Amino acid sequence: MLVAPPSSPVLALLRERIARIERVHVRQAAARSVPLGIEAIDRVLPTGGIRLGALHEAASAGPDTEHAAAATLFIAGILARLEGPVLWVLRQADLFSPGLAAAGLQPNRVIFAEAGKNILPVMEEGLRHAGLAAVVAEHTGRLSLVASRRLQLAAEQSGILAILIRRSPSFDDPALHEPTAAVTRWRIAAIPSPPALAHAPDTPGLGRACWQVDLTRCRGGEPGSWVVEACDATGRLGLVPDVFNRSVKAA
Amino acid sequence: MRRVVSVWFPTFSTDRLRRLEEERDATGTVQTSASPTSLPNLLNKRDRRGRAPCAGPGEGPGLPEIIVSGRLVTAVNAAAGSLGLRAGMKLAQAQSLVAGLAVHDADPAGDAAALRRLAEWCVRYAPLVADDPPDGLWIDVTGSTHLHGGEERLLHDLLRRLHAQGLAARVAVADTPAVAHAVARFGSGGAVPPNADGMEAAVMADFPIDALRLPSGMLADLRLMGFERVGLLAKAARAPLVRRFGPLLAARLDQAAGRLFEPIMPIVPPASIQARLAFVEPLLTAEAFSTVIGRLVDIVCDGLERDGLGARRLDLLFERVDGTLQAIRIATARPGRDARHLGRMLNERLEQVDPGLGVEAMRLIIAAADPVKLEQVSLVEPAIPDIAPLVDRLANRLGESRIYRIAPLESDVPERSVRQIPAMSPVTGGWPADLPRPVRLLDPPQQVEAMALLPDHPPIAFTWRRVRHRVRHADGPERIAGEWWKRDREWISVRDYFRVEDEDGRRFWLFRRGNGSDADTGDMRWFLHGFF
Repeated sequence: MLVAPPSSPVLALLRERIARIERVHVRQAAARSVPLGIEAIDRVLPTGGIRLGALHEAASAGPDTEHAAAATLFIAGILARLEGPVLWVLRQADLFSPGLAAAGLQPNRVIFAEAGKNILPVMEEGLRHAGLAAVVAEHTGRLSLVASRRLQLAAEQSGILAILIRRSPSFDDPALHEPTAAVTRWRIAAIPSPPALAHAPDTPGLGRACWQVDLTRCRGGEPGSWVVEACDATGRLGLVPDVFNRSVKAA
Repeated sequence: MRRVVSVWFPTFSTDRLRRLEEERDATGTVQTSASPTSLPNLLNKRDRRGRAPCAGPGEGPGLPEIIVSGRLVTAVNAAAGSLGLRAGMKLAQAQSLVAGLAVHDADPAGDAAALRRLAEWCVRYAPLVADDPPDGLWIDVTGSTHLHGGEERLLHDLLRRLHAQGLAARVAVADTPAVAHAVARFGSGGAVPPNADGMEAAVMADFPIDALRLPSGMLADLRLMGFERVGLLAKAARAPLVRRFGPLLAARLDQAAGRLFEPIMPIVPPASIQARLAFVEPLLTAEAFSTVIGRLVDIVCDGLERDGLGARRLDLLFERVDGTLQAIRIATARPGRDARHLGRMLNERLEQVDPGLGVEAMRLIIAAADPVKLEQVSLVEPAIPDIAPLVDRLANRLGESRIYRIAPLESDVPERSVRQIPAMSPVTGGWPADLPRPVRLLDPPQQVEAMALLPDHPPIAFTWRRVRHRVRHADGPERIAGEWWKRDREWISVRDYFRVEDEDGRRFWLFRRGNGSDADTGDMRWFLHGFF
């Protein structure tokens, strides 16, 4: 069997053709992205971070799927490091702005829209408007491939970051695992945090929360799973000390 | 679906007179009011005859007053009404019933002019407004309620503003003008549910036949024949009635039952920027309407440019070949005169228009406009993106109250520390950064079963929705005292908040009512208030 060396023109041609099919040329043109700040994660992502002008999905894991608190904080942390106004499309108003501000997303940057059943049309409307930095929508239930592709195309055209927070009243909802046109899909699960003071574990108090961040789908990249410390006041994730990380991996 | 509001002023003439006197006492002059956004000053009457005030010194608004035309009473105020005086009495009879009665001359022209000014003011609520002499108004609110947060809030706001002006009023909203008119005057006011076929007849059946808006002579004859209620009249054989009383009676009955369309002829606010285009052939298609909208918008935007104004509210009226009017209304978050943006917003609402057999003319009216602030564009700093057009379009689609920003409010109680403000207003300040707050808040807080050491230890475990969570780490308490200056029962109440993490790592915000030692501060029950 003939194996072409990596520099073979045939291979280059094939790669180019695949790229055209996957609309990579559009993506490369607008390949600006926000790095997550954790080197291990950014290395896996094709553009070195959360790509702008693309649709991303985030959900919480387990019983938190309903309220998606961890996923919301994860997203708020990403938005905190962008500049410009953010449109947040809600179904019900259970979001608490002081909590968003604590993750670095200040209230003067967020416009809320209570869209009821029109979550996706309102999100698309927002994505077609060039003045925004990002549009976040909270979607409950199924998301069809066609609907998600509309959002992805709208985001590609305007270069706005589009984020869907997937919520569901039941955890392990199969609807959350169906394929969509989103570029990445994240699952954020809270995990037990180490004691507030490592040298005195019996001291009462709360340290920084810890998350297991799973990248379950990534177009043009490898899925992965990492343990990180939750967002700080500027929205940055933290590295977990090695000792703790190892023990979780072993478990 | 058509929705029509009827406003009834039971004591319009006397209310107007009272306001006139108060104004004269207060300022000594008669003020003029030209602003379309404020309630018109009903006393602004240029053609009023000189009239010596009949009210004696010290007379308050609670004294009986009547208005007479010739020797006949035409209107009474609430106080006079409660003493048994009625419109239609002889003046001598009224004076013999009540001693010390204040009598004023009727001024029908002044009343009509005041009513018309009131109608012009009501254009703030919907584009199609008509006066309904002698003492009422119509407002066709079809497709305009979303700008006021719904029908109920619109009615509430309307009543509040009228009452603040000293006008007694009753409002009703229904699918047809006839029913709204009758419910406002003979029912209890309020909303008749939409889209209820046969509902009109059921609502009207119990009303006296006066609710049909028939001439008084005809009403007296009908009473003589034994018809007291509308229901009875509706059931009677139609042909003999029409032969005896003419077609008006049949028309009124059909309008009351919703079988006959009743147009209302709207007033056009004076001195507003507007454009009208009439067509040789009636238009029917959305594409044709869009083209016309484009041309109309260009014309009014030129007018706005000339006057240095920006539109805040636009009404587009469709004059149909059958003589009725359809209207759509849009509002903008900031005064604007960008023809493309305004045209696009109007086009988005085209689907609400029913062209019927065709539209023969369209009229675009700037119902409200504000001066435009021109801003210097910096060549050095990056331009701040303008999101007002997006806010406009979302507000037109979802309703103005559904698109907002959250601003901090000075309050320690978490659920009161936020408030919604319009999307285009700036947010200043923030929340204290050192107090951890959850990202999702449960409203209202949900009760949980918790086990904790008193007085100030965090819970060891709690049960929420029948799932037990063992607490691994906790932080607290953060004590939040009730705001006694707002509510009496928060005089000494206290909440102790704890942040806890369960064995899975989820973080919750729990609080206990009470400080743990004094039962007066709370009942020691535990609640889940949010998630981190």
